Amino acid sequence: MTPTALVKTPAEGQQQAPAVEYAARFSHVSKSFGRRGEQQLVLDDISLDVEAGSFVTLLGASGCGKSTLLNLVAGLDKPSAGTIEVPGGRPALMFQEHALFPWLTAGQNIELALKTRGLPKPERRGEAERLLELVRLKGAHRKRVHELSGGMRQRVALARALAQDSQLLLMDEPFAALDAITRDVLHEELTRIWAETQVSVLFVTHNVREAVRLAQRVVLLSSRPGRIAHEWQVDYPQPRRVEDAAVASLSIEITEHLRGEIRRHGHH
Amino acid sequence: MATTDSTSDRSTSDQSTDLTELEAGLDALETHATSRTPIGQVLLHRVLPPVTAIVLVLAAWQLAYVLEIKEDYQLPGPLQVWDTLVDQWYKGTLFDVIWTSVSRGVLGFLIAVAIGTPLGLLVAKVRFVRTAIGPLLTGLQSLPSVAWVPAAIIWFGLTDSMIFAVVLLGAVPSIANGLVSGIDQIPPLYLRAGRVIGATGLTGVRHVLLPAALPGYLSGLKQGWAFSWRSLMAAEIIAHSPDLGAGLGQLLETGRAYQDMPLVLTAILLILVVGIAIDLLVFAPIERYVLRSRGLLVTR
Repeated sequence: MTPTALVKTPAEGQQQAPAVEYAARFSHVSKSFGRRGEQQLVLDDISLDVEAGSFVTLLGASGCGKSTLLNLVAGLDKPSAGTIEVPGGRPALMFQEHALFPWLTAGQNIELALKTRGLPKPERRGEAERLLELVRLKGAHRKRVHELSGGMRQRVALARALAQDSQLLLMDEPFAALDAITRDVLHEELTRIWAETQVSVLFVTHNVREAVRLAQRVVLLSSRPGRIAHEWQVDYPQPRRVEDAAVASLSIEITEHLRGEIRRHGHH
Repeated sequence: MATTDSTSDRSTSDQSTDLTELEAGLDALETHATSRTPIGQVLLHRVLPPVTAIVLVLAAWQLAYVLEIKEDYQLPGPLQVWDTLVDQWYKGTLFDVIWTSVSRGVLGFLIAVAIGTPLGLLVAKVRFVRTAIGPLLTGLQSLPSVAWVPAAIIWFGLTDSMIFAVVLLGAVPSIANGLVSGIDQIPPLYLRAGRVIGATGLTGVRHVLLPAALPGYLSGLKQGWAFSWRSLMAAEIIAHSPDLGAGLGQLLETGRAYQDMPLVLTAILLILVVGIAIDLLVFAPIERYVLRSRGLLVTR
C-alpha cells in the first residue's frame, strides 16, 4: 500500500490518475458454508463494481449474506467461487460494535493502525491527532475507550479505519446500535469525511432510509441465497437528511422491493 | 427513481456549526464523570473490615490461651509469639531468613514466568500442543508440589537447584494455564479487528493477543506466585542442609525440632504475611490498574 495522504486536493488527484477506476470488483462471487453434501449457498453469483471514490450501500434483510460479503472483501474469508479484486490493497473495515481495544487510549488505537501501515513512529502522534480532529474528537487522544460515549467510540473507530489509508472503507452496519439522534449526526460526519477524503465506501445496512441518506448507489440483495435483486442510483445532492422528502419517497419505493423479496420466503 | 431538486437552503457552514454543537452536546450528555472516593470512605470500607477480623482472631486466640484448651507449650498466647518475633528480630538473623525465602520465591517465580508464558502461548495457539499437553498441564496444577520434593532431592541433591526445580514444577503449570484461559476468553471481535488493521503475526501477538489476554494472564500470575511460595515452603521445610541458606521453612522446621511452639507459630505467621504482602503490594495494584483502565472495575 502506498502511503498517500488521506485528504487529496484536486491537483494531487490529477497527478496520480488511478490506473483502475474501481475500488472493488466482484466477478461471479459465490459463497457457501457447511460440509459437503449439506452445503448452504449464502451468496450466489454476485457481480458488482464499486467505482473509485463512490459510496455504495448494500441493502438487505437478514440472511442476505451482507456481512459474509464484507468479510470476503476484507480477506477474512475466501469466496467459494468467483473473484474479488481490490486494487487499493487491504481494505479498512468498521464493525457494528466499535471493536476498539480497551487496553489502549483512543489515540493509541489509531496509532496502532498507523504502525501496522508502516508509518514511522515520530509521525504517528501527529497523524493520530489529525485523524481525531477529522472526526471532531480533538483532545480525545488520551481518553480510554470506556470513557467515551457510543457515538464517540464509533467516531474513533472510523478514525482508526481511516488510519489504514485504504482506498476502500467497508462498513458493516456501523451505526445500527446507536440512538437515532447520534446516528443522524454520524451520517453527516461520514458524508463530510467521505467528501473530504475521496475514499470509496461500501456500506452494509438493513435500514433503507440510512442507505438512501448516505449512498450514491443502493444495491438491494435478496435473501437466502444473497443475489443482487435491484439497484438504484441516488442523484439527490448531499447534504441530505433522512427526513428529506426525496429520501423518503425513494425509501418507500425501495422498501416495497425489499418487502417483496422478504415475502417470497413466506411462500415456501 | 432519483430526485435532483434540492429543497435545502441551509448554508454548509451554518450546518457545520450546528453539527459541532449538537455533537458536543451529545458527547457531554453521554459521558459520565468518575469521581475519586474520599479518604474517609476508603478507611471505613477497606481498612476497617480486615482490622476488625484480625482483632477478633487475636481475641479468640488469647481466649483459647487463657482457657488452656491445650497445654501452654503446645498453644502459646499471642504475646509470647510476639516476644519470640521481637527476640528473633534482635538476634539479627530474621531479616536474612525472610530475605532468603523471598529472593528464592521471587527468582523462582520469575523463571516460572519466563517458561510458563511461551508455554501457555504454544498451548493456546497450536492445536497439536494443546491436545498433547493441555490436560497434563491442568493435571499438574492439582498435583501438590510437595510430592516433587523427594524426586528433586534425588535428582539435584540438597542444593538450590532442587528448591528451584520444586518451585518451577509448582508454578509453571498455573502460569501457563492462566495465559491459556486468558487467550481463550478474548472476545473474537478483537482478533478480527486486529486482523483487519493488519496486526498479524508477531505484531498481532504483541499488540492484540497478549494485551487482550492480560486479565486472565494476571490471575494466572497471581496463582503462579501462590504456587511458587507454597512449593518453596514445602521444599524448605523438608530440605535441611548447611549448604542451603536458611529460609522461613527452615526456621519453621528448627522450631519443630526444638519443640519451640512460639517459634513455629512465628514462622507460620511470617510465611502467611509475606504471601499476603506480595499479593497486596504487587499483584493487587497491577490488577486494579488493568481492570480500571479497561473500564472493567465496578466500584462497589
